[in-house]
Amino acid sequence: MMRRAAVLAVLALAAPAGAEPKSGIHYQAPETRALQADDFANPGMLWVERGEGMWRAADLPGGRSCASCHGNAADSMRAVAARYPAFDGQAGRVVDLEGRINLCRTVRAGGLELERESDALLALTAFVAHQSRGLAVSVRVDGPAQASFEAGRTLFETRFGQLNLACRHCHVDNAGRMLRGDRISEAMPNGYPLYRLDWQKLASLQRRLRTCFAGVRAEPFAYGAQELVDLSLYLAARANGLAIETPGVRR
Amino acid sequence: MATIRARLPAQARPGETVQVRALIQHPMETGFRRDEAGRAFPRNILKDFTCSYDGAVVFRAEFFPAVAADPFLAFHFVATRSGDVVLSWTEDTGKVFSQTLKIDVT
Repeated sequence: MMRRAAVLAVLALAAPAGAEPKSGIHYQAPETRALQADDFANPGMLWVERGEGMWRAADLPGGRSCASCHGNAADSMRAVAARYPAFDGQAGRVVDLEGRINLCRTVRAGGLELERESDALLALTAFVAHQSRGLAVSVRVDGPAQASFEAGRTLFETRFGQLNLACRHCHVDNAGRMLRGDRISEAMPNGYPLYRLDWQKLASLQRRLRTCFAGVRAEPFAYGAQELVDLSLYLAARANGLAIETPGVRR
Repeated sequence: MATIRARLPAQARPGETVQVRALIQHPMETGFRRDEAGRAFPRNILKDFTCSYDGAVVFRAEFFPAVAADPFLAFHFVATRSGDVVLSWTEDTGKVFSQTLKIDVT
């Protein structure tokens, strides 16, 4: 009995991620956690406010805005971010929230696409995702999204770059341990877009993923690449059940 | 266009110390960063912040390039009478961002 308990204890140490996923904020310094928790001081809220202005800005053809079709975002966009990335029937592929916003702007409203990682797209995405704050991530990985989910998992498990590391080597096998000055998170995407103090601005999940690829000295996939969307879907599926925190704050 | 978030208790008693919290969206470009072609991004920071209330400057701050983007300030003053509390930030370019808050002192 004692021996079995010891074996279990070793197993628990070997898998610090455990069964319950932990949000990335769990691994941040107390000051950073306090900043995220304070809705006034959280610098990500600047983008949410700006996004709220864009929601109502009539910059789409015919003098329309997001609000012309979708009305009050607190009702219409509630829980939407929790479902993304998701399969889009019209596009015939899995799209992330940024991709969905751009499809809406171009295909449905006939307007112009917002550039990835532009302040405008970040602000609008943050505003939309903020409407789901506190709700559980709940992406679907069955049906038409399954192929994308599997592709994401393959990417997560594939070694990349000169350092020859897969995502899992840091974010599963060593989650919770120190990597230089940082504690390694479990790669849970429930706070995006989030404010990185390091970058002094709001950042998308794709920017974070590209930086990780550069970190292992691999050539990052381009912004908007399907590979990044597939990987985002896999990460979101791992985070299913975690509360959305947008806008998060990280070192 | 800069997004400003500023808070102040709406009401206070005379002689009470109140806290102002102000957050402004600004890149605070240091002038030391360079683009891919090696050209420096021109320096563009908020140089100066003042808070005026009841005919006097109650708080003033000078910023330098080491201050991070989106600077956050929290400070106190003693409430004396009802009126406007004017917050203003001056940029390198001379542009002024300002916001007026109201305080009711009874």
